[in-house]
Amino acid sequence: MAVTDERVRFQEVAREQLPWLFSLARRLAGEEAEDVVQECLTKAYRNFDDLRDTVAAPAWFRTILVNCARDRFRREASGIDETPLEDVSDYSLYRTIAEEDPWPYSDSVHVDFLQSFSEDDVWKVLDAIQPKYRVPLVLVHMEGIPTRDVSRMLGVPLNTVLSWLHRGRKQFEKELWQYADRSGLLRERKESST
Amino acid sequence: MISCSEAVRQLWEYIEEGLDPRDRGRVDEHLAFCRTCCGEMEFARELRSFLADRPPAYLPPELENRFNRFLTDLDSKEAR
Repeated sequence: MAVTDERVRFQEVAREQLPWLFSLARRLAGEEAEDVVQECLTKAYRNFDDLRDTVAAPAWFRTILVNCARDRFRREASGIDETPLEDVSDYSLYRTIAEEDPWPYSDSVHVDFLQSFSEDDVWKVLDAIQPKYRVPLVLVHMEGIPTRDVSRMLGVPLNTVLSWLHRGRKQFEKELWQYADRSGLLRERKESST
Repeated sequence: MISCSEAVRQLWEYIEEGLDPRDRGRVDEHLAFCRTCCGEMEFARELRSFLADRPPAYLPPELENRFNRFLTDLDSKEAR
């Protein structure tokens, strides 16, 4: 890109995308979000000619960012023995909360449980989910992208996305409970209500 | 009649109206008599809102400065 106007235009377009690009990267890649955004900006800069209309910039940057995050996960996974994960498909956070009943005096214990999580807590819970399941969970349920579009974006059949989503949601449920237990969220709320 | 496990597996698609009429009818039939799965469904709705209603995107000022510097330097890095 030799033309100065184009360079300035790229910087303007990219700057507009930064807040939500970082927010998406934070959910997808946790502590590595800053590196992922920088990789995304570098790739976007090299291929800026492909972006014909700046109206399409959000979706264009999003696709590049998701690919950068996935490339990073693949690099990290190579050479590591994949140990089979415990099957979580039948886990139920709803039942766990009902059975453990962390706040017996609450009339809305399930809602209260979810409300005890800050955004920072949610990031940490997402971090604990396997990337394969985390990516569709974030894209579909947090970014609101239709499953068919996510299937195209990830290059896998729709049924595979649906199956990853189910496992991702169940892992998310289980991690919410374990995180709340481990980090003292359950205890804090109990103490503040007494 | 489908089992609780099958019903729970389809609840999110049920909520999002992504099931075909036959599968939807089976979940409806199950929910008509299973109180636990009705609770699961209400909680799935809560969890769905919890995931979707996250705070708006925010970029801390120090990171904004770092990314702006990165963007400014990008041209010279790429030209090498």
